Amino acid sequence: MDLDEHLFRRESGRMVAALTRIFGVHNLALAEDVVQDAFCRALEVWKVRGIPDNPAAWLMTTAKNRALDVIRRERTARTFAPEMGRLLETEWTLAPAVAEAFAAHTIRDEQLRIMFSCCHPRLQEDVQVALILNILCGFGANEIAGAFLAGGAAIEKRISRGKKVLAAARRLFDLSDAEFVARLSSVRRALYLLFNEGYHGASGESAVRAELCTEAMRLTALLREYPPAASPETDALASLMCLHAARLPARLDAAGDLHALLDQDRSRWDAGLVAQGLVLLESSALGHQVTAYHLEAAIAAAHAGAPSVDGTDWTLIVSLYDRLMTLAPSPVVALNRAIAVGQRDGPQRGMEELQAIGDRERLNRYPFYPAAMGELELRCGNRDAARSRFSAALALARNPTERRFLEKRVLSCTSA
Amino acid sequence: MSEFVFLFRATEAEQHEAMGTPEHAQRSLQAWLGWIRDLEAKGHLKSPGQPLALSGKVVRGKKRVVTDGPYAEAKDLVLGFIVVEARDLAQAVDISTGCPMLEGSGSVEIRPVGTLNL
Repeated sequence: MDLDEHLFRRESGRMVAALTRIFGVHNLALAEDVVQDAFCRALEVWKVRGIPDNPAAWLMTTAKNRALDVIRRERTARTFAPEMGRLLETEWTLAPAVAEAFAAHTIRDEQLRIMFSCCHPRLQEDVQVALILNILCGFGANEIAGAFLAGGAAIEKRISRGKKVLAAARRLFDLSDAEFVARLSSVRRALYLLFNEGYHGASGESAVRAELCTEAMRLTALLREYPPAASPETDALASLMCLHAARLPARLDAAGDLHALLDQDRSRWDAGLVAQGLVLLESSALGHQVTAYHLEAAIAAAHAGAPSVDGTDWTLIVSLYDRLMTLAPSPVVALNRAIAVGQRDGPQRGMEELQAIGDRERLNRYPFYPAAMGELELRCGNRDAARSRFSAALALARNPTERRFLEKRVLSCTSA
Repeated sequence: MSEFVFLFRATEAEQHEAMGTPEHAQRSLQAWLGWIRDLEAKGHLKSPGQPLALSGKVVRGKKRVVTDGPYAEAKDLVLGFIVVEARDLAQAVDISTGCPMLEGSGSVEIRPVGTLNL
């Protein structure tokens, strides 16, 4: 039997959730030790016995037994989760209490509580995202650093700072807390950033990045399973993730080469994800407000429904970007809006819009600003101007994938 | 053909280091499975051995003093063993060089199984 390639990473988050339920969040490090013990045990036993039929259940059982050992040994010296009350004190209630913590529904709720706890207002957004990736998704500091183009030590520091805040809270976020709605909005934001990092991020490793998207979608689905969190805004977020993820197979080809939206092979878009995204977009419309997630999902849906670049409703897309600019203005949104204007009204107008971007200097290090200029110059027939724009973009490329993409664009200005 | 016992040794800390993150754990396990399967395919695996729990009791001396142990901090904790079939000690050593244990700072001790006509 072969091993599921993400088994340990996936199960790590679920095991930590169950163990935190018993030990309390102030004993997060103890929970992580127990998980590691279970992994060591798996290595020792599986390498001689082979992989069990249900490796996930095997790991869970091992962690559960180890938790029982730890509690029996340390219950006089250590305080565990306040929520467990006196259940861990006697053998009469210990085993059932631990079994309950490892039940599927408890694990799901605990994962949610951890997600909400990670989005503590005292933590910066990048710390929140790193914590979620570490605790719930099982990524090590070095893997997170790889995805965020940061140093391992910096990420390590970010994570341990976050864990200190979690531990100081003594208990995980209570989902019935009055702050729930405010916290929910931070959770959505963190998941959005996580997805974006996977989709647009600067890291060259496409495998890692695709996993970030998958994880963001998995956690958003978890959020949608919990009725109070399954609001229209959450549906809009889930919708935009599906509609963007649908384009991933065309965005990066088998050779790992990047393809811009305008020249993607649309037959490679994932029709299942598109359909799922459209259903979600429809249910997201049931609310009273239109959020940035709604607008981004609607833009992605307009692309998903278009047979070709020319057959795209650019007027609709520009108007959606206009609304997005009033709701959540940013230089990158302005850049995408300018590209859409270029499609609707011609390249000259697109360039004017690009030049008119207010805080354009914030795009100084962003390779896709000069690249967008280059595309428009090329459409105007100004090959020389286009080449120098693409060369400028190439100088800003952040990874081999972007470099290869922009090199090709430079070359396309020379060849017929 | 002769039989050799391979004893895998490491400290507990080293073992935890090798399993540091889920991704490492996954890689270690895959490496081990690959190595063991390869031994099996080549007919070198006489017995897959038994995993050993990390601590038990140690009984010592005429007075039969019973202590807890080996201690987790002990150097060179025996983690487990397998029995390998090889032509001679040189081949057994050669086989051991592929062991994933050596990717970390653990060691493999190779002991020929003694026979009566030694």
